[in-house]
Amino acid sequence: MSSQEGRPPAVKPANATAEAAQVDPRLVVSQEGFKGYLHEFIRKIKGGELGSLPVVIGLILIWVVFQSLNSNFLSAQNLSNLSIDIVATGMISVGIVFVLLLGEIDLAAGSVSGVAAAVLAVVNVNKGWNPVTSIILAVLVGTLLGFVHGWFFAKIGVPAFVVTLAGMLAWSGLQLQILGPNGTINLDNNGLVSKLTSSYFGELIAAYGLAAVATLGFFTASYLGNIRRKAAGVPVRTLTDLIIRTVGLGIVAFGVAYVLNSYKGLPVALLIFLLVCVGSDFILRRTVYGRKVFAVGGNIEAARRAGINVASIRISVFMISGGMAAVGGIFAASRISSASQATGQSNVLMMAIAAAVIGGTSLFGGRGSTFSALLGMLVIQSIASGMALQGVSNSIQFMVTGAVLLGAVVIDSVSRRSQKAAGRA
Amino acid sequence: MEPVLELRGINKRFGAVQVLTDVDLEVHAGEVVALVGDNGAGKSTLIKVIAGVGLPDAGEIRWEGKPVVVNSPGVAQTLGIATVYQDLALCDNLDVVGNLYLGSEIRRFSVLDEVAMEARAQDLLRTLSIKIPSVRIPVASLSGGQRQTVAISRSLLGEPKIVILDEPTAALGVEQTAQVLDLVERMRERGLGVILISHNMVDVRAVADKVAVLRLGRNNGFFATGETSQEEIISAITGATDNAVSRRRARGEYQEGGS
Repeated sequence: MSSQEGRPPAVKPANATAEAAQVDPRLVVSQEGFKGYLHEFIRKIKGGELGSLPVVIGLILIWVVFQSLNSNFLSAQNLSNLSIDIVATGMISVGIVFVLLLGEIDLAAGSVSGVAAAVLAVVNVNKGWNPVTSIILAVLVGTLLGFVHGWFFAKIGVPAFVVTLAGMLAWSGLQLQILGPNGTINLDNNGLVSKLTSSYFGELIAAYGLAAVATLGFFTASYLGNIRRKAAGVPVRTLTDLIIRTVGLGIVAFGVAYVLNSYKGLPVALLIFLLVCVGSDFILRRTVYGRKVFAVGGNIEAARRAGINVASIRISVFMISGGMAAVGGIFAASRISSASQATGQSNVLMMAIAAAVIGGTSLFGGRGSTFSALLGMLVIQSIASGMALQGVSNSIQFMVTGAVLLGAVVIDSVSRRSQKAAGRA
Repeated sequence: MEPVLELRGINKRFGAVQVLTDVDLEVHAGEVVALVGDNGAGKSTLIKVIAGVGLPDAGEIRWEGKPVVVNSPGVAQTLGIATVYQDLALCDNLDVVGNLYLGSEIRRFSVLDEVAMEARAQDLLRTLSIKIPSVRIPVASLSGGQRQTVAISRSLLGEPKIVILDEPTAALGVEQTAQVLDLVERMRERGLGVILISHNMVDVRAVADKVAVLRLGRNNGFFATGETSQEEIISAITGATDNAVSRRRARGEYQEGGS
């Protein structure tokens, strides 16, 4: 009998009936095993819970197209350089994700990154401070500027859009002021700051080790979590589900490690960026602070009534955005070994915002992940790199990136609508 | 027996409008007090005074016999006053567990303990006989009645002594209304004091032990539900001594006297 039903016989019948009585009869129980997993997946897609699926598909598409146009595109060297090129703007984008989660926008992030680069260059080169102190000072300056935005937004009630627009103009001026009449300060090519983006962990074990640690860590954490959940009597993920996810992660991780090792090894900048992505995602999903950020982004009134200090959350989020913008500025300066009037200007801000949105963070607040900064930057930088290989001019490149951004926002809006229809938004 | 919450001579004024004048209210443990009154009678203002959202201009609030100053929602919460507002204020993007524990998350090594929160949420919903498809679905996908029960259960997590429910059955269907009223009764059985604001006399008579009527910012009578007719309460709410209801009532008394 029980085998026909496709599930093991109940161990404790008494408990099972009590349990069954509690379950809402309208609840559709998902099937077990691989088939059930597939069904669940299709249901989620239909319901508009796309997650990072569109961006992954888009990325694969972009790679296939550019690889067919130029066989150097997927070469180890190009991919390795690409992975370093995404870091500067990606760092800014991580901060932008925090702001977008509140349903707000930070237009000053680009200028803040420019100011931070200028501060770094002035104290490190002109004043001769040691690089570590210079970096700390630059990040503190960025955080302070973020605090200014957050304070005017949260305490005075000026719309974030306007505050950060004013900030964008003002900090551009400040950047020129700090840089002085020359406008460009070259960093020491062999200094710590320059090495941030020019060093690699050359040993094979570094990249493969990281891939192994990530895969095993993911599996162990999920498996231990499952054991705890079982002990506490709450629903668990099936082992099939767990294995599929682990294998998927493992393939990606070892694939990336293989490519990086085929060139110079694991880039230091990429490692730092990955750690920032994982760390900030952990903060958003697993800490009380992150829960508060999501709550404020979801419903301000509910957050306030739950005793959350909405103003301090808002200020802190803008401080994070400012601090991450500064980190991005430091990497941007490191990449070209100089801080100039152009650092953080032109379209850096727009690319950072576009990356977050392309990666799947909602512009409407309350939904998103810092990994969208990574995925979105991969898309943007792949387009830029592919076009550069083809010798296509900047003008076309901007137009294509613009179209991709529009596509991402359309997907966001449409998936929101189908989520509403499926009752999940 | 000493009331858990006692208001004496509460006055509140907004500009030229005296919203509350010498309002008294008592709530005992294990008692459901219905607070009724027409629109603009001052119910919401009185609730805000109790919940610490608006300070009274004059008057005294006593908590378990001792005078207290409730000058912030936090103070009210620490005392043991939980409020479920009419607009519920749930975060649609968070799941049921996230909403239940918002602001009082359980931590394990300073990291959110999702497992413990989920297990306790299941237990809580089970003891209150609340049926929700899954505690891991976003609140956005719940029906109005389910959202109401989630909001009420959320208020019970802090082990309050007094729960204020603002129009909990407004906009609910027959079945859901019954569920919420059941929930109110289970709260009374647990020894909680409940202040129930409602316009629905059927609901009020179904669960309330006492009815406190506000009219134009003043007390207009306290009634024991068992000994009072619906008409008496309604005339206290409307302040009408001469209306269809009272006239009909007067005729009834006249007939009784005459026969």
